[in-house]
Amino acid sequence: MDDIILQTLNGLDKGSAYALIALGLTLIFGTLGVVNFAHGALFMIGAFCSVTLQRIFSTSFEMVDETQTDFLGNPLKVETPYVEAWFGPEIGAAMIDWSVPLAIFLAIPVMIIVGFAMERGLIKHFYKRPHADQILVTFGLAIVIGEIIKANFGANPIPTPAPSAFAGAMDFGVMLGFEPNAIIYPIWRFVYFLFSLAIIAAVFAFLQFTTFGMVVRAGMADRETVGLLGIDIDKRFTFMFGLAAAVAGLAGVMYTPILSPNYNIGMDFLVLSFVVVVVGGMGSLPGAVLAGFVLGILQSFASMNEVKSLLPGIDQIIIYLVAIIILLTRPRGLMGRKGVMEE
Amino acid sequence: MSKSNFSRRGVLKTGAIAGAGLALPTYLRADGHSGYTNAPGDSGTVTIGFNVPQTGPYAEEGLDELRAQELAVEHLNGEGDGGMLNTFSEKNLQGDGILGKKVEFVTGDTQTKSDVARASAQSMIQKDGCIMITGGSSSGVAVAVQGLCQEAGVIFMAGLTHSNDTTGKDRKANGFRHFFNGFMSGAALGPVLEGEYGNERQAYHLTADYNWGWTTQESIQAVTEGMGWGTTETVLTPVGAGDFSSYIAPVLNSGADTLILNHYGGDMVNSLTQAVQFGLKDKQVNGKDFKIIVPLYSELMAAGAGANIEGVIGSMNWNWQLQDEGTKAFVKSFGEKYGFPPSGAAHTCYVQTLLYADAVTRAGTFNPCGVAEALEDFEFDGMGNGPTLYRGSDHQCFKDVLVMKGTENPTNQFDTLEIVDQTPRAQVEYPADHPMFGGAEATLGTCNPGA
Amino acid sequence: MLGMNAKDTMLFVVVTLMVLLAPILLNPFPTDSAFSQFNAGYPALMQRFVIFGILVIGFNILFGLTGYLSFGHAAFLGVGSFAAVWMFKLLSYNIVPAIALSIIVAGLFSVVIGYVALRRSGIYFSILTLAFAQMMYAIAYSDLVGKMFNTIVTNGETGLQVYLDDPQILYSEGDPKLPHLFGWEMNDSFTWDVGGWSFVFQNGYYLAGICMLIAFYISIRIFRSPFGLMLRSIKSNQQRLNYVGVSTRPYMLTAFVISGMYAGLAGGLMSAMDPLTGAERMFWTASGEIVIMAILGGVGTLVGPILGAGAIKYMENIVSTINDNVVRGWFEFMPDGLADFMVTIIHPFIGKGWHLTLGLVFMGVVIFLPGGLVELGQRIGGLFRRKKSSDTPSGATKPAE
Repeated sequence: MDDIILQTLNGLDKGSAYALIALGLTLIFGTLGVVNFAHGALFMIGAFCSVTLQRIFSTSFEMVDETQTDFLGNPLKVETPYVEAWFGPEIGAAMIDWSVPLAIFLAIPVMIIVGFAMERGLIKHFYKRPHADQILVTFGLAIVIGEIIKANFGANPIPTPAPSAFAGAMDFGVMLGFEPNAIIYPIWRFVYFLFSLAIIAAVFAFLQFTTFGMVVRAGMADRETVGLLGIDIDKRFTFMFGLAAAVAGLAGVMYTPILSPNYNIGMDFLVLSFVVVVVGGMGSLPGAVLAGFVLGILQSFASMNEVKSLLPGIDQIIIYLVAIIILLTRPRGLMGRKGVMEE
Repeated sequence: MSKSNFSRRGVLKTGAIAGAGLALPTYLRADGHSGYTNAPGDSGTVTIGFNVPQTGPYAEEGLDELRAQELAVEHLNGEGDGGMLNTFSEKNLQGDGILGKKVEFVTGDTQTKSDVARASAQSMIQKDGCIMITGGSSSGVAVAVQGLCQEAGVIFMAGLTHSNDTTGKDRKANGFRHFFNGFMSGAALGPVLEGEYGNERQAYHLTADYNWGWTTQESIQAVTEGMGWGTTETVLTPVGAGDFSSYIAPVLNSGADTLILNHYGGDMVNSLTQAVQFGLKDKQVNGKDFKIIVPLYSELMAAGAGANIEGVIGSMNWNWQLQDEGTKAFVKSFGEKYGFPPSGAAHTCYVQTLLYADAVTRAGTFNPCGVAEALEDFEFDGMGNGPTLYRGSDHQCFKDVLVMKGTENPTNQFDTLEIVDQTPRAQVEYPADHPMFGGAEATLGTCNPGA
Repeated sequence: MLGMNAKDTMLFVVVTLMVLLAPILLNPFPTDSAFSQFNAGYPALMQRFVIFGILVIGFNILFGLTGYLSFGHAAFLGVGSFAAVWMFKLLSYNIVPAIALSIIVAGLFSVVIGYVALRRSGIYFSILTLAFAQMMYAIAYSDLVGKMFNTIVTNGETGLQVYLDDPQILYSEGDPKLPHLFGWEMNDSFTWDVGGWSFVFQNGYYLAGICMLIAFYISIRIFRSPFGLMLRSIKSNQQRLNYVGVSTRPYMLTAFVISGMYAGLAGGLMSAMDPLTGAERMFWTASGEIVIMAILGGVGTLVGPILGAGAIKYMENIVSTINDNVVRGWFEFMPDGLADFMVTIIHPFIGKGWHLTLGLVFMGVVIFLPGGLVELGQRIGGLFRRKKSSDTPSGATKPAE
């Protein structure tokens, strides 16, 4: 029992990452009809917003300390971050410590600008082109973005720890009446789960309860009619692209303490998130979220030792196996509509 | 390429086709009859190939190898301060290249994929005329390129490859490994672990599901069980899984008090970071502090894991903090050129290049068979690892192994690991027909000069 | 000739000549010149040109004609090469049984996967093929089948290779210890030196080249056959076909299996050239590379796949080996400062940055040349001819929409 609760919890945070990326992908696909293979790259840009902010806060000036030596035997250069010098050591250290959550404020404008630039500069010209062309040009863009990140940050994963207040784990088992150590769950993952629920809720609320969102939904259902009504749907869709980029970016920012980012993190998530979107049903927002959590939890269960001893290696193929089964039993994924992306 | 371009058959065929009215064939590599692939002949230069990952997960490691290799070429050609040439126990290399020929190099990208690495090595051999290939950062690639060099008839000096198989069941007569292996890691870690953590522990293995992971787990498990530890569970994890939480979560409740992470590279960074997030390092199980062990450390991965490696024990082939003359000389020339200390991967590639050059000089020929003979059962010193033996029966180097620990209070960005112990060579030796190394069936085959 | 119309015959003859003379055509720079870096006429790379050419020609029969985008095609290449290496291990180094089996095995796999995946269309088909390929990759990478039966099937990440103690029951004394065709060794070659040039003619390359010509010929015939026409009509409107009572699935499955067998042949040839194979050949990026090659060359054209495969393999093997020293060599004639400046400019795009070049070239082609390199050729051709005619000597069909 405790194992099942434990793996469900593990599945939830994996699932929240899948769901957030898939949500952004579906927003873009549903509004603009574009298959965006650079979406993983947007997730990565978000993750590197964390790294950048951490770097900015840690930017230091050097003072030569004659009493110590570095690895070559020269006098050691002691580095003090500017923020510590400016705001005092305590506030400065706290800023560095909290750089990951603070990066949200950096990521939102950055991602919206990146999203706008991408849509206006590139994607716009591909609305009338076949889906295959969209996939390919965005895939090329993903390669280029990855290489630019690599040129600036190197190829190694970069440690981006959570604030020390959220480090470590809490013992859920004790709260539920199990023995100590039965259900241990890192605090930051719980934060991530709540964070993604908040984002998902905000996106749905925005689409459901605002006039803007209503128009966008109408546009998703029938773009031409909305256009005939004299509404500049294109402008709103561009905004939606920025919003989708921001969702992907925020998913990336907050994921960095769980997975140290490197330039390939976008590609790693890309294929999985596409499987998630398709399993959920192309163009269906609730489908994307549902599929994200379902696949995350199933993957966690498949990783259990009991399951692995019955079916060795099942954890490596479960996602694809489930995708095949779902697509064969439900032709358009869990919640897909007829006629989308089938031509 | 087991046939040279200059075999009798080749000559006859060439003649037949060229006889069809085209210009008379002349043979480019003029001394083709010297009987081995890419013989440099009368040319004043000799080309070696640096085949390292420049893209993909091990790109940083590969680029560090490349820096060290370029440094080695400088030193061989008499530029720079000579580095380890001054401390090497053999004094044949005078800074005038190899056998008086200036050393040139070409570079290639393995992408840490066997196919690409072989394509790149083939290009070096067929197009650039390389006489030796070195570098690499993964055992799968090392085994693949080693096999290719065997067929093509050039020497392969392996870079970072830690799997037992490279000089075990996949050993080849033309391939040589200076780096240590999983068995040696286990043998070196054993006594230290016993000393630090006692002999009543329960180990839980998470193992990357590929050949390196399997052999490392096998080696470590044999040692820990030998000193009385139990093994609670061994779990295989997908390579590149990213999120290891589902594998880490059950550890605490399994009765194990030690977690052994048979992971490398990005997997190691992620699994260690996540294990620390699960609070494993702060827990007590069976009345003991919970401990994490990482069998193979590298500086670059230690940097990637950040503060999480504090107090975590692992092993290394070499570290720049060693205090012997060879290490100091190498760290000085590398540090002055690039501004940071070299990694273990860089060291092994640097040493391999020098060892090759020295073996050629002692053999008096670039012929792979002569070079191999000069390297076999060769004893040397002054290269940072103390007295070292290149064993002839499996082409594996035997030397001291370092046991490392994540620094508790780092003073600068390079201060990630500290040396706990230097396990003497005698303790990590094993017979060449050891069952973990392919047993009695494993053979080097015969040396192939390509002609 | 051979049942081809004049235009196709012309195209076939041109391709044949290119394949036969590749060792010379691809070596335009003398060996010692600064630009010899750009020579691609060495056997290992030429083999890749033609083998990937076969692979993409096959892929194009599926994607170019029917519009079904398979995102898991590398899996068939992988099973083909594993089958061939197993033949080497069990029978002998003769490549005939190896290649035969690799085509058959890839064909069987594609029947099963095609039967299932073709129940869906559009992106659902793509994701199904991707899912199958990724599963096969995971199974091969960790040798899950082997583990289940406690033996070795794919030998995991290290890859499958031939050991000295393998049975090789058909081996007889005196046979070569490397892949051969009845004693004709794949690695045998001769070098022809003329002037500053040195041209290498290798058996393996010519064998693979002939296979590619056969594959190319079959592809021309398929393109021009009623069957090909049927496939095209599936692409333009499958629904209408269904309405008039034509069952399209048998046609689709046939196309899928044919392209799977092409991939199997390519896999078998890869093993025949270099008898080691690993799971990474089946990874999704490898499948993506096939798609990229097809688009880059020109989807739905006859000669596009060959051009696309060549262009990508050329970049992978040549651009990645250019390092700063080499670049400095090109600009030796310039003053130091200017040469350094040029090196700094070029530095991000070469060596470790070759992926950046790939990404940019690729985006450029998709944006400006939807018809790929074939379209580029047509446009250049159009510049030279006053009247831009729709027929070009390349015999290319209209690029796929």
